[in-house]
Amino acid sequence: MKMVSAAKLRRAQDAIIQMRPYARKLQELLQHIVQNYQGDAGRKYITKRPVEKVLIVVITSDRGLCGAYNANLIRLAKQLIAEKYAAQQAHGNVYVMPIGKKGYDHFVKYRFQVIPDHWRLFHELNFESVRQAAQTAVQGFLSHRWDVVELIYSEFKNAASQRLVVERFLPVEPAQAQQSQTHTNFLFEPNEDQLIEELIPKILNTQFFKAVLDAHASEHGARMTAMDKATENATEILKTLRISYNRARQAAITTELTEIVSGAAALKG
Amino acid sequence: MLLEIYTPERKVFEGEVYGVQMPGLDGLFEVLNGHAPLIAALAKGRVKILQHADQREVCFYQISGGFVEVLHNQATILAESAVAEPQAHSE
Repeated sequence: MKMVSAAKLRRAQDAIIQMRPYARKLQELLQHIVQNYQGDAGRKYITKRPVEKVLIVVITSDRGLCGAYNANLIRLAKQLIAEKYAAQQAHGNVYVMPIGKKGYDHFVKYRFQVIPDHWRLFHELNFESVRQAAQTAVQGFLSHRWDVVELIYSEFKNAASQRLVVERFLPVEPAQAQQSQTHTNFLFEPNEDQLIEELIPKILNTQFFKAVLDAHASEHGARMTAMDKATENATEILKTLRISYNRARQAAITTELTEIVSGAAALKG
Repeated sequence: MLLEIYTPERKVFEGEVYGVQMPGLDGLFEVLNGHAPLIAALAKGRVKILQHADQREVCFYQISGGFVEVLHNQATILAESAVAEPQAHSE
C-alpha cells in the first residue's frame, strides 16, 4: 500500500511540475500587460461586495486510508464557517462545493447547501474538468450568486508534511505591480482591456487547477505516511503476538511434561 | 525563431520554426522570424506551424483559445488545451 501511494505520489508531483511553466508564463503575461496599463478592465473580478453569500470549495479525497487528511480539511471548513461566516450560515447563505467523495458525503450528510456538480473531479483528473469547476465558482461570483469564494485545500510541501490552507479565490486580491527593469513596448492584439478580460479567467482556472493538483499530491503523501505508520504498528503488534503465542505454547508443553513425569513417577511408586 | 506551446498539463511543442499562423480574436495572423514584441489573445481554432520557408513542412495544433507572446524572437503560445492534428492532410 505504501509503495502504491509512493508511485502515485510521484505521478501527482510530476503533474504539478508540468503545469508550473504554464502558470508562470501566464503571470508574466499579466505583468507585461499591466506595466503601462491605466484602464479599468477586470474590475468585476476585484471589486469587493458586502458579503452576504459565501461559497466554500473544499477539496478532499475520494478514498480513505489516509490518516486524518480528510477529517482535518472538513474540520477546517466547519471552523471557517462557524467563525467567519456564522451570520451568513444563520441565514442559510453559505454554500459548499465539495470536491472528492469524502467531503461530498460528509457535507451532504450534515445537510449543508451543497453544490454537487463537481465532486467527482478526481475520478478522471484533467484540466478540462477542473476548468468547469472553476468556471462554476467564477460564474456564480459574477452573477451575484455568492459574494466571496474561499478555497480550502491541503498544500503540498513534501511527502511527509502538508499544510492546510484557506485561500480567497474571489474577489481577487489585486497583485502589486512589479516594476520590471526591461520596458518593452508590446503590440497588443486586440487591446489591453480585452486581453485582461480574457486573461483573468484563465489565471483563475490555473489557480484552481494548482489547488486541485496540490491536494491530489497531498492526499497521496498523507496516505503514504499513514500506510507507513500502519505497517510499523502492525509489525509491532506481530512481535508481541509472537511472544505471547510462544509463551502459551511453552506453558502447555511444560504442563504436559509435568503430567507425564508425575504419571510415570506414580506408576513406579 | 523559437516556438513553444504550453498547456496546463504539459509542454506540447518546442522547436525552431520558420513561422507560425494563429487564430487571433480578430482573425488569422502570422508571426515570422524577427517579429516585434506582441501579446495577443487567440480564439479557438487551428495553429499552423511552418517548419521551413518553402511551406511544405507544416503541422497543426487545435487549440481552445489562449494567448501568444512574442519577445526576443521567441514565441510562446499558452492554451488551455492543444491537440496535434494528424499529419495526413496538407494545404
